[in-house]
Amino acid sequence: MKVSILQFPGTNCEYDTQHAFESLGAHTEIIWHKSETIPSDTDLLVVAGGFSYGDYLRSGAIAKFSPVMKAVSAYAKEGGKILGICNGFQVLTEAGLLPGALKRNEHLHFISKHHHLRVQSNENIFLQKLNNGDIVNIPIAHHDGNYYIDDAGLSELKANGQILLTYCDERGNEKNPNGSVESIAGVCNKEKNIFGLMPHPERAMELILGSDDGVKMLQGFLK
Amino acid sequence: MKAIVNVSLKAGVLDSQGKAVHHALDSLHFNGVEDVRIGKQIVLKLNENDKEKAMADVTKMCEELLANTVIEDYEIELV
Repeated sequence: MKVSILQFPGTNCEYDTQHAFESLGAHTEIIWHKSETIPSDTDLLVVAGGFSYGDYLRSGAIAKFSPVMKAVSAYAKEGGKILGICNGFQVLTEAGLLPGALKRNEHLHFISKHHHLRVQSNENIFLQKLNNGDIVNIPIAHHDGNYYIDDAGLSELKANGQILLTYCDERGNEKNPNGSVESIAGVCNKEKNIFGLMPHPERAMELILGSDDGVKMLQGFLK
Repeated sequence: MKAIVNVSLKAGVLDSQGKAVHHALDSLHFNGVEDVRIGKQIVLKLNENDKEKAMADVTKMCEELLANTVIEDYEIELV
């Protein structure tokens, strides 16, 4: 099992992501954004969190033109599995690989805390180890996590089971920290090989750090 | 030639910054403000004299990078 992790100038979660996947037994490689290829043995490509290009212009807007992104698009088209976490989710929406966009949080604050999430659809490789309705506790840390999609797009997400996770309280009742449409925290594409979420499962791998609910999420990708 | 590009959130997309500024104006007793929308202005200095060509180029820049057309509209002024 090989996990390739993208690194742009300003990415800062690549080593946490590497540590998380290696703790699950995967081999990992960090790929600098200037690379025009991704390793051919890649089983999962992760676009890690951080502040690529300082979030200049819009979060993820400049990263989408990095040399490596052509290879990422080609990999996506071939059905390769891609996971975008936080800034990685923003990059994937900017690149048009995932639907919607991430706006400034409704109350304009940077939010950094553990937040509960409800599993909306486990009919995909990412969340296959969880059940629909399960509640997980995963850290969020973002300024631009306010997911927006228009009504037509939202209907499509619902019809295809593309809404992965929504924000909730510990009992599973809807609780929206950032203004996201329908409290959406993560989505996938229609073909269910590209996944994006604002919360950080790679920061929830050990109970001593507050939660190990990220283990069951990332394990979904493991062979 | 210069191109002045104004990028703003589409009508119907909630502008949280605009809302916060509207509240602040209210609290300063500027009560005649009905709505506030905040955008950004990008000024490009072009080495192009053909207005039509410049407009076509800048439109492409907006579509590809300067605006995220999922949530934003843009207006281009050439001066």
